[in-house]
Amino acid sequence: MLPDLGKYADAVLSAYAVSIVLLIGLILMSMLKGRRVRKQMQKIEMRGDVNG
Amino acid sequence: MSLWEYANPVKFLRLSERVLPTLWILAISSTVLGLGWGFFFTPDDIRQGSTVKIIYIHVPAALMAINAWFMMLVASLIWLIRRHHVSALAAKAAAPVGVVMTVIALVTGAIWGQPMWGTWWVWDPRLTSFLILFLFYLGYIALWEAIEDSDTAADLTAVLCMVGSVFAILSRYAVNFWSQGLHQGTSIPVATGERSVADVFFVPLLISMVGFGLLFLALTLYRTGTEIRLRRTKALLAREGRN
Repeated sequence: MLPDLGKYADAVLSAYAVSIVLLIGLILMSMLKGRRVRKQMQKIEMRGDVNG
Repeated sequence: MSLWEYANPVKFLRLSERVLPTLWILAISSTVLGLGWGFFFTPDDIRQGSTVKIIYIHVPAALMAINAWFMMLVASLIWLIRRHHVSALAAKAAAPVGVVMTVIALVTGAIWGQPMWGTWWVWDPRLTSFLILFLFYLGYIALWEAIEDSDTAADLTAVLCMVGSVFAILSRYAVNFWSQGLHQGTSIPVATGERSVADVFFVPLLISMVGFGLLFLALTLYRTGTEIRLRRTKALLAREGRN
């Protein structure tokens, strides 16, 4: 399935692997933080509603 | 309708929630298409062999690393002049995206440089200014974290951003006026339109560049929303503490 990368296979594959891991890591961390902050804010807003 | 309306956090959040689903789909699909096309369906270069496939990551990442800093500069200037919190938070939100793009460009550049130049690193003007830009990114993020008062943090980071812009400009144009170094000139000079990349490599490269650009936009919009909510959370907690 992989194209024949010849003697530079290690270089090409490692460049792609590092970049994809970093990009996916950035997206996941942004999503997780976004979700956590949204939940925290909603909780505090609801608490404020209950207490008037 | 004016652009300044989106300086209102509520309006900004409403807009970003409306556009983000489509933007994510476009960003991820064009990035996957560009990288997949480049990796699987382009030939080797006559001189560089299969290492030419690194271009589909290295060039878009480097482009976005520099453009992210310019976006932060514009947002910082808007903050300094008009005091819109959303613009300061957008600059803060863009920095981690920019730093990841910078790391990708530096790492893939080193991996590409080793077989082509025979070295992982040289103190070439473009590489050195790019490394300094990376350090500025780290300093910028650290400064935001170090200062508790968000307005003061926004002021100081805006000044740091202006200073760092010198290196963002240098990392783009250093090869033009510092003709000593291993790094080649720009592959796709926007001003002249005369590119040194053949069509077979250029089309997937262009798609990948669009993909990285949209990815930056989607991530920055999403992260700005998070920063706005975080700011509101802190304000609500402070109000609770007073009552």
